Order: sequence, then structure tokens, then C-alpha cells
Amino acid sequence: MDFLNAIVAFANFVFVPGLAYGAQLAIGALGVTLIYGILRFSNFAHGDTMAFGTAMTIWITWGFLALGISFGPLPTALLALPFGIVATILLLLGTDWAVYRFYREQKASPVILVIVSMGVMFVMNGVVRFLIGVRDIRFADGERFIITAREFKEMTGLNEGLAIKTTQAITVVVALIAMALLFWFLNKTRTGKSMRAFSDNEDLALLSGINPDWVVKVTWMIVAALATTAGVLYGLDKSFKAFTYFQLLLPIFAAAIVGGLGNPLGAIAGGFVIAFSEVTITYAWKKVLVYLMPESLEPDGLVQLLSTDYKFAVSFAILIIVLLFKPTGLFKGQSV
Amino acid sequence: MSTTVRDTALFGLVAVLLIGTGIIQGWNSALLILNMGLISAIMALGVNLQWGFAGLFNIGVMGFVALGGLAAVLVSTEPVPEAWQAGGLRILAGLVFGALTVVAAVQAQKRLEGRVKVIATLIILVGGFFLFRAIFDPAKVAIEAVNPAVSGNLGGLNLPILLSWPVGGLLAAGAAWIIGKTALGLRSDYLAIATLGIAEIIIAVLKNEDWLARGVKNVIGLERPVPYEIDLQQDPGFVERAASLGLDPVTASTLYTKMGYAILFTVVLLILLWLAQKALNSPWGRMMRAIRDNETAAEAMGKDVTARHLQIFILGSAICGIAGAMMTTLDGQLTPGTYQPLRFTFLVWVMVIVGGSGNNFGAVLGGLLIWWLWVQVEPLGLGLMNILSSGLEDGSAVKDWMIQSAAHMRLLTMGLVLLLVLRFSPRGLIPER
Repeated sequence: MDFLNAIVAFANFVFVPGLAYGAQLAIGALGVTLIYGILRFSNFAHGDTMAFGTAMTIWITWGFLALGISFGPLPTALLALPFGIVATILLLLGTDWAVYRFYREQKASPVILVIVSMGVMFVMNGVVRFLIGVRDIRFADGERFIITAREFKEMTGLNEGLAIKTTQAITVVVALIAMALLFWFLNKTRTGKSMRAFSDNEDLALLSGINPDWVVKVTWMIVAALATTAGVLYGLDKSFKAFTYFQLLLPIFAAAIVGGLGNPLGAIAGGFVIAFSEVTITYAWKKVLVYLMPESLEPDGLVQLLSTDYKFAVSFAILIIVLLFKPTGLFKGQSV
Repeated sequence: MSTTVRDTALFGLVAVLLIGTGIIQGWNSALLILNMGLISAIMALGVNLQWGFAGLFNIGVMGFVALGGLAAVLVSTEPVPEAWQAGGLRILAGLVFGALTVVAAVQAQKRLEGRVKVIATLIILVGGFFLFRAIFDPAKVAIEAVNPAVSGNLGGLNLPILLSWPVGGLLAAGAAWIIGKTALGLRSDYLAIATLGIAEIIIAVLKNEDWLARGVKNVIGLERPVPYEIDLQQDPGFVERAASLGLDPVTASTLYTKMGYAILFTVVLLILLWLAQKALNSPWGRMMRAIRDNETAAEAMGKDVTARHLQIFILGSAICGIAGAMMTTLDGQLTPGTYQPLRFTFLVWVMVIVGGSGNNFGAVLGGLLIWWLWVQVEPLGLGLMNILSSGLEDGSAVKDWMIQSAAHMRLLTMGLVLLLVLRFSPRGLIPER
């Protein structure tokens, strides 16, 4: 029984939150890695792209609610998500046309593009603040829990409860759908294949008649969809705040680099690696250990390896370790 | 127009902007902008050294600035004897032990081979971490329990705060050495992410390690290198001189202290600028630019690229540390919660790019100009919004929204300035020569 309690406590506080967070990071990292693979630069504006997509989705959600439209037990934001994605696609295509296209035609070095993306980051950050302000916004509605801790305890008779939030389940399901669609697109469709060819060898791809403008456009569209989805899922699960999204840049980049920049599979793996390490290292293990250890050995403290404020340190430490020992990431990424 | 005339005109423009601010908004505001502008110029000088000279992409400026601020606290505040008794030595022992663990792990990496290496490193790191916590944690708890409302930290050395400026530089240089040793071999955008992460970690440490500098409880009332306004106002000699200039004592005293800071900062800026110019035009500076422009060729000429990169990374970060200590001195307080990457890292980058990367005068100009803009965008934006919304009814939602959003004009403007400069004048206002 104690062992079961320990497992449930572990699942409740570590596994389920880690899984949801990992899925959010993975979708975010997919966007970063696609831009890196095809446009060949690290996009510092990605966090703010996510924030923009989420802000638009929140506005549309509010519009739906004002019209009396809701999605039953599911959050209304899911209905608004496609519209948010369209808005973000327009924004990114516009940004590419107004800003990035010029440097691409000039064949500017990647580091110049990174600095340009810093400028875009500033502008997008400002736009998001214009749109929705800097407050903390919660926009999840519908049922809060699939199963609450109390129901679980009554059902199983265990001491520990396992609560699963609706948003956590939605995150995992939507993430799976998004990943499946992306891999189907990249592997089965003509455009997807040409994107992969372009990423592998630009010159050869151009030689075989692939239209680079189209590839770039499609990439931005996919990135917009992924960024908005990641942002909305994160916002549903926690809350929306422009500044938090900017800070997500670090774990997202860590995930993309750990997995191998430019490699979509790696981005997903990296997302979960980063998320689970953050959660396990900053979790106070006492709750699990009391069930596993004999009473005499029960820990006095919280058995927390690092305080939660150091979660950046965790993503960072993993990043450095991977870079030092396997510079191309866990899965083989590109190294330019 | 010759280049000298053009450069002088640009600095003249900054002077005109500052004097205009003085006339319209009062000299106190103008001096306030000038003081932070001078500090920003020093930060820009540091980043320019790394990016303009050597092409190193450091976006961890915020961390080094914060370390400088920490130095100001550690140097100038009074020590807390009870806290030292409660666990001062133990905490130092813990830190030394932690450092030794890392050194041992690095040595194990270097000396051992194969599977033994991996196992030994893991044992050293994991065991070391738990031992470190065992030594460190009780001391931390004991220190933080000492009078937490006013101290709860170890305090500093009670030395003059001006001394903290070079100390801030040293502290930042030390951190830069550690970062450089691990991350400089990496590609440019990996280095960028690494420095971004380090900066966040430094801020997290400052926020959470209360025994060091009170964390988010902030350290306030730091010693000042210039006299206090209130003392000046009570000094009959000063009041008399102020009256002879036609100023009331309150205004005169505030201007006097701000002028004091401005002079101190200008001296530091001029020294650093002179050194940076000397470095740029020395064989060392030419070598740096050669490495930046073609690493492979420089390596073929027998230059040790990694060592030179480490060198300039440390120097640039040290300058940012000095600026950080100066800023904390000017504020008179250390508030870790206010350090934000957009303000302390990316804004400095805007300054360098707009001013002209690779040119020290450009960096200084960018620092002064962009800081002025950063401060003034808000009132200007508010004015603009007032004009734009003047046709709307008072109290209408759209008008309220427009007025409120003026507060967010800063980031948008900075981004647009950066993008426009990158597009139409990528070498900046005063380009590299």
C-alpha cells in the first residue's frame, strides 16, 4: 500500500505536471528547431511570438464568451485557437516580408539574423503589451478537473490523491495531434519533403527546382501554428503573462539544443528531458520518500535538491553538459 | 562632411537633447538622464569590446551588471558580527568545498579514461553536492535567522563604496572566466544561450540567497560617495553660495549631488574610453579584429583564438561589472527584483548596434542617445496619444486604452529603432574605421 501511495504521489506531483510541461516545451522547441533548420538562425522572438498568438487567442476567446459561445466542458480557448493561429500566421508572414526577407536576399550571416530577431522580439513584446497589457490573465474555463484528488482517494482508498487537470490532459492530446500532423506533413507531403531537402542541403534543393520562397512561407506558417498552440496550452495550464513567455525562451532553446538544433524528433525529446529534470530536481521528495523509507530513516527536511527558483539553473546545467559532451545534441542536429 | 565633424555633430546632438530636457523638464531630470546615460555608455563600451572587437555574442550583460551591484553591497555595508558568529566561517567552508568539488570533477574528466571517468565524475559531483548542502544549509539557515527584518545577511566589509567599482569589475571578471572556460569553445548562438542562462542564474542567486545580500528583501541606504542633500541644505556656506547663484537651497543641493555623480561617472567613462581606444589601435586590437574577421586565418598565423576570446570576454564583462557597481551606487540600493533582461541586456545591445559596433565612440554615443530616448519615449508617447485621442470623448474606453498603452511605447520604439538601423545603416551612427 505504501508503495502504491508513493507511486501515486510521484505521478501527481512529478509525472503528470512534467508530462504537460514537457509537451508544451516540445511544441515550442519544434518551432525554434524548424526555423533553425530551414531559415538557419536562432529566433529570439519565438517566446514573444508565442505570447502574441496567445494574446490573440485570448481576445477571440473573450469574443466567443461575449457572444455566448462556449465549448462545453472544454476550454473555449480551444475553439479560438485556429483563429489565433491565423492571426499569428499573418503576423509572421508580415514580419518575414518586412524584415527577414531583406537579409535572406543579402545572404547575411546567421548572427546578424539573430540580432535582427532581437529587434523583432522588442517590437512583438511591445505589440503584445499594447494588445493585452502586462497583467496575469487566466482564461481557462469549462471543467477544471478530469479527476480531483478527493475523488481519486475515495475511488481507490489510498492516502494520496491523483488530480488530473483538464488542461493537462488537453495539453498532452493536442501536443500529440500537433506532432503527428507535423511528422505526417514533413514525411508524406511534397512540400514537407521539399522542406526537409531544403534543410539538408540548400544548394542541392534549389538545383532540383524547389521554390525557396514557398518553403520559407510554409515554414513560417507551421511555426506560427506551433508557437500559438504551445503558448495557448501553456497559458491554459498556468496563466498568461507577457513576461513569463519571454522567459520561456531559455528552457525552449535548451530543449531544442539538447535534442539537436534542426532535428524535430530531438526537439520533442529535448522538451521532455528539460521538463522532467526541472520538475524532479526542484520537487520536494519528502512526500514520496515517507512512503518508501522505514520510519526511522524518514527524512527531516523537504529533500528538495534545489529551490524552485533555480529551475533556470537546471535547464542551463543540462544544456551545458550536453553541449560539452555531445555538441550536436542527443539526436544529431545540424552544426553550421 | 569629414568624419570628425560628423561625429562631433552627433555628440553635439546628444548635448542639445540633454540641454533641451534641462530647459523644458528641469535640470534635475536632465542630470538624472545624463548619469544613467553615462553608466549605459560604459556598459555599451563593454559589450562593444566583446562584440565589436571580437565578435563574441554575449547576451548575459544583466548578470555581470548585477554582480557589480552585489560588489557595491559586499564592499560598503557594515558587517553583521552576529551573523558571522552564527555561521560565517561555515558558509565560507561550504563554498570552498563546493568549488573544490567542481575542481575535482574537472580533474577527473581530464585525468581518467573510459568508464572509470564517467563513474568517478558522477560520484564526485553527486556526493559533493550532498556534502556541500550538509555543510552549507545549516549555516545559511542560522545566518538568515539573525535579525531578518533588518539584516539576515553577512554584511559587507565597511569600506568606501568607490572601492566597490573595481571590485565589481573583478567579480564580473571572475564569473566571466568561469563562463568563458566552459562556453567559449561553443558556436556563437550557443554562447548566446549560455550567457542568457548564466545571467538568469545570477539573478536567481541574488534573489534567493538572503545570506549574501538579503535577496528580494533588498539592501537599501547604501553609503554615498557624494554628500547628502540634507547635509548641504544645513550647511550655511552652501546655502549662501546657492543664493548667490539665485537658486533655492533644495534645488541647489539636489543639483550639486547629481553633478557630483556626473563628474565621477565621466571620469570613469573617459578612463575606460581611453583604455579601449589604446587597445583598439594597438597590435592586440588589430589581432582581435583579425580573429573576428577570419578565425581560421588568424589560427594559421599562430594566434591562440580561444585564449584571446577568453581574454576579451573577461575584459568586456569586467567593464559591465564596473558599470553595475556604479549603477547600484547611484541608486543607493540593490533590488534584485528589478533586473530584467530587456532593460539590462537587450537595451545595451540596441545601444551598441545603433551607436556603431566596433567603434568605441559609437558605443558611447549609442549609450547616451538610446538612454535619452528610452526615458523620453514615455512622455513623448503620452503626448502623442493625448493628441491622437483628443477628438474622442473623455472616459471612453478607446481613449483610456490609448492613454494606458503609451506606457508600452518603449519596447516598441526600441525594436523599431534597432530594426531601422540594422536595415538602413547596419554599421551604426559612428561606424568602425
